[in-house]
Amino acid sequence: MLHRGLSEILARHRYEPGRLVQILRDVMQAEGYLSPPTITAVAEALRVPRSQVEGVAGFYAFFATEFRGRYRVLFSDNITDEMQGSGELRRRMLDAFHLELGEVSRDGQVSVGLTACTGLCDQGPAMLVNGRPIARLTPARIGAISALIRGGSPVEQWPDNLFTIDTHVERRDRLLDTVVEPGAALDAAITRGATGTLAELRASELRGRGGAGFSAGQKWTACAAAPGPERYIVCNADEGEPGTFKDRVLLTTHIGQLLEGMTVAAHAVGAQRGFIYLRGEYPFLEPIVEAALAARRGAGLLGRDVRGVRGFDFDIEVHHGAGAYVCGEESALIESLEGKRGIPRNRPPYPVTHGYLGKPTVVNNVETLIAAAQIALHGGAWFRTLGTPKSAGTKILSVSGDVARPGIYEYPFGVTVKQVLADAGAERAQAVQVGGPSGVLLAAHEFGRRIAFEDVPSAGAFMVFDETRDIVRVVDNFARFFAHESCGFCTPCRVGTTLVKHMMGRLTAGEGSRRDLKDLTRVTRLMKSSSQCGLGHTAGNPVVDALEKFKPAFVDRLPSLDVRPVFDLDAALGPAREATGRDDPGAHFGHGEET
Amino acid sequence: MTFTLDGHDIPFEPGQTVVQAALAAGHYIPHLCYHPEFQPHGSCKVCTCTVNGRTATSCTTPASEGLEVASETPEIQEIRRDLVQFLFTEGNHFCPSCEQSGDCMLQAVGYELGVVTGHYNPLFPNRPVDASHPDVLLDTNRCILCELCVRASAQIDGKSIFALSGRGITKHLIVNAESGRLGDTQLATTDKALDVCPVGAILRKRTGFRVPIGRRTYDARPISQVTVEPAK
Ligand SMILES: Cc1cc2nc3c(=O)[nH]c(=O)nc-3n(C[C@H](O)[C@H](O)[C@H](O)COP(=O)(O)O)c2cc1C
Ligand code: SF4
Ligand code: SF4
Ligand code: FES
Repeated sequence: MLHRGLSEILARHRYEPGRLVQILRDVMQAEGYLSPPTITAVAEALRVPRSQVEGVAGFYAFFATEFRGRYRVLFSDNITDEMQGSGELRRRMLDAFHLELGEVSRDGQVSVGLTACTGLCDQGPAMLVNGRPIARLTPARIGAISALIRGGSPVEQWPDNLFTIDTHVERRDRLLDTVVEPGAALDAAITRGATGTLAELRASELRGRGGAGFSAGQKWTACAAAPGPERYIVCNADEGEPGTFKDRVLLTTHIGQLLEGMTVAAHAVGAQRGFIYLRGEYPFLEPIVEAALAARRGAGLLGRDVRGVRGFDFDIEVHHGAGAYVCGEESALIESLEGKRGIPRNRPPYPVTHGYLGKPTVVNNVETLIAAAQIALHGGAWFRTLGTPKSAGTKILSVSGDVARPGIYEYPFGVTVKQVLADAGAERAQAVQVGGPSGVLLAAHEFGRRIAFEDVPSAGAFMVFDETRDIVRVVDNFARFFAHESCGFCTPCRVGTTLVKHMMGRLTAGEGSRRDLKDLTRVTRLMKSSSQCGLGHTAGNPVVDALEKFKPAFVDRLPSLDVRPVFDLDAALGPAREATGRDDPGAHFGHGEET
Repeated sequence: MTFTLDGHDIPFEPGQTVVQAALAAGHYIPHLCYHPEFQPHGSCKVCTCTVNGRTATSCTTPASEGLEVASETPEIQEIRRDLVQFLFTEGNHFCPSCEQSGDCMLQAVGYELGVVTGHYNPLFPNRPVDASHPDVLLDTNRCILCELCVRASAQIDGKSIFALSGRGITKHLIVNAESGRLGDTQLATTDKALDVCPVGAILRKRTGFRVPIGRRTYDARPISQVTVEPAK
């Protein structure tokens, strides 16, 4: 049965099963959770099997299938939050409501849990309340938030200043400085023609900024060459890699250039529709993006006959993520756009030929598309004048952790790690995680290395750890992240990430064993060699790097050097001792011996 | 048209995958989520091989002329053993008390690969047994998440009785009913979905011991032989 709120939501999404993720997001906003009858009602209204809706509802972290309280507080659990004192603030809040982590208060008012990095590492610790981010948490802010929750006022009516998100741009270079007047890059692309634009993009040697570093020119060219009339342009703004927040800033400051880049792409490959897949943690960007879209529609830069070119019809819509790092992987992202569980596809075929709805699709990162707009305006040769032989242009880094000035830093490719550390004010760094948990952990002797595809590639994260930090804890945090974010499709990653999490948990607590160290190597090797997608391939990286570069940190906390049993036989006899009232030596297992 | 598998020439027809062509030619490659009547799924990873020097799932790799596939190398067998151990570690598999013992592909592939222990600390998940259906028992403790029942119910029975929810290690089988009970679904005893489970998760009631232990599918001969010469 449909009640009014639900039918309004469904109507807004035209009862399209392909919009299921968007529908469930709106229902979550309206009702706070997805109850079994609600799932049944949505399935019936969309005429899809109920099991399909329940499958999608159970996949995304921001969809709750059980009541989680009227106020759902999720503390960002990135290592940078941890370093900024998130744990203590969380304790405070839990105590204030007499709660355990993950528990709902008895009056149904509130629950407090954890969520993956919210992309606010430069202004942490951070949290989400009913999906809305709050940064720069302090004991005072926690007190204020707790009082608001107790008072029961709707989150929409909380003071605005709680929700302000800062934009820290600490170093600018060409990408951030280049101005593109609305339509200017598009005009240049139209004058040059599609083939000319593709050639210019190839000549620029622009490589993808989202991680894999694939040639943007080749990607667009392949998409343009794929058969069929329909094509799609997708902007990957999922930015799920912990420690990365540069796309958040770019969407705030360069949204016009991003939309221009997508429109240039549409002209070059012959696409009619575009999507921005915006990470669920960034709802505050929605008004910015929607306003920019409306302005461009009004100016004839989107819609029918764009820029007066007959038959060049192109428009862009925003899709929201719902708490799934794996949906940054391009084929999982497309599944999610189609309203499904975000499971990476078997490849080949690749999205350029079989993407959204099986049609040719370009998926590019925010930064890549902005660079493409600038290349359309200024040409490939101009772009190549900065950077290194294999890494043309500049790179925007999200710098956080133990630095004086966290924020985003733009450099020509080839900058040394040392230089970035000096600029950001990192005094006594012992390690830097470049590219996020899936990237590379660098030790101090490697700080002379360069950020570039031919040396240390990076999707943008740059998390700094000074000498006081415990690398084992850092790796433990990353292990929890991957276990939480594995989509679970394939055996090696689904089971491997959880085994690694358990082993790292034991090691961090000083309860590990030599065997754990050996098994860590074995499990991470298996994940790398046999996983389905990049998440599983890279999930072991921090463990492998840390074991290689910071081995003593692991060995130092081994209690005994051999095997530790799965369970303690003597402790298992405890209930029997209690029942019989005995505690003599005979009631203990192998006392005095090693168990 | 041929490719090579561990040095043997394997003929194939266009459209066949490496596993399909290999099995047709009498060469066994271990697999769990692959089933000849369904589109390859590529999730269990047990069929992993080295294809032209790179590891790949052979059930999803299209056969092509001159491909060099290595299957029974020590490295690949090690990967498969680890994966089977992962599956035993992940679920609750007490073979001696399972009705499916001897007919179970997980158990048989384990024997085939020489897996003698789960190696890793078992996860002992808390999973339900659903006996609500009059003719079918659903014991998800043994489910290896191969999605064969999901595919069969959707593609052949046209019902979507089974699906997966959750993600990561919490991924689990669900049924198409608000109550979450199999007895409240439209499952019929004639459904294809009842006949595809490679393990003992979906069982017909009152039939479990019709064939005594010792005379079951994989009791006399290993799965590598049964699969390629089923009639013997
Ligand atoms: C687990 C995983 C997460 C990813 N997350 C993102 C992301 O948040 N943003 C992004 O642009 N690319 C991400 N990628 C890379 C995309 O799959 C894809 O390569 C990229 O969006 C292509 O755009 P580009 O060529 O412009 O980099 C991710 C990849 C994996 C395997
Ligand atoms: S590697 Fe991990 S995230 Fe990728 S498909 Fe496999 S289980 Fe899913
Ligand atoms: S119940 Fe059986 S067929 Fe269905 S997913 Fe689980 S193991 Fe596969
Ligand atoms: S049989 Fe190939 S992945 Fe399962």
